[in-house]
Amino acid sequence: MKARVTVTLKSGILDPQGKAIEGALKSLGVDGVASVRQGKVFDIELSGSDRAKAEAALKEAADRLLANTVIENYRVELL
Amino acid sequence: MKSAVLVFPGINRERDMARALKLISGKEPAMVWHAETSLPEGTDLVVVPGGFSYGDYLRCGAIAARAPIMNAVRDYASKGGLVLGVCNGFQILCESGLLPGVLMRNAGLKFICHDVHLRVERSDTPFTRGYNAGQVIRVPVAHGEGNYEADEETIKRLEGEGRVLYRYCSPDGVVDERHNINGAAQSIAGIVNDGGNVLGMMPHPENHVEDIMSCTDGRGLFAGLVQHLEKAA
Repeated sequence: MKARVTVTLKSGILDPQGKAIEGALKSLGVDGVASVRQGKVFDIELSGSDRAKAEAALKEAADRLLANTVIENYRVELL
Repeated sequence: MKSAVLVFPGINRERDMARALKLISGKEPAMVWHAETSLPEGTDLVVVPGGFSYGDYLRCGAIAARAPIMNAVRDYASKGGLVLGVCNGFQILCESGLLPGVLMRNAGLKFICHDVHLRVERSDTPFTRGYNAGQVIRVPVAHGEGNYEADEETIKRLEGEGRVLYRYCSPDGVVDERHNINGAAQSIAGIVNDGGNVLGMMPHPENHVEDIMSCTDGRGLFAGLVQHLEKAA
């Protein structure tokens, strides 16, 4: 089973990297960019086929390591 | 003072730290590998040194914070044991939950590597008793992610409980945004946990302890810890 965990910065948390990317896009002349926030994507292969178990394992992985929930949110998707 | 310096892959300041500890306490510290599950018997101080543990993969300090030795450190700290984390060590302590908040990318996006001035906010703690309250010390920093942030409530609590021990300031002790090198909330350079026994700080006091380093302002931190432990004994 394939899964994807997406980690994003919570709103209100300053994201200097996103700001720098936003500035670079603007200087490239890419039209209509209002703002950029940078995040992370984890593509994970799971053994077994129990979807509920897989979701619980991914949630545990995100809570305990993949995301720092002080500043980040995450989303778990089974693909 | 029997100290233990933790060693993680990618850490590079452990020898500086060990040298400073030996110089000031007179005792060679134990070097403790991250895969160990216990600290040496009778440890008075655990030090998490600076560097780039696990190449800063995922988030600074994130992988090291989950190493086997950290369970022993958590246990040790919960019993009141003294823990000092410097630079990457501060990031590791935040990631491990021993300290609140997080160290974000410097607001100016640049790696900062030069001497800074710190104002010592109070002198009645094991980590600051070698200084006077309001004293300004000069120590080096070397970090790309030292911008301390936490939610508003946590910052309020840290300030209310006097848990900010070191702040970035001007050479004469003025705390303002111009001298807040990395954009940290409240110019925070170092904080303690609610028990007052775990300190995390971004600057490197261990690099200003000998005349050859041109400055010995960092000695006070270690000398204060030695004094604190002698008094407690």
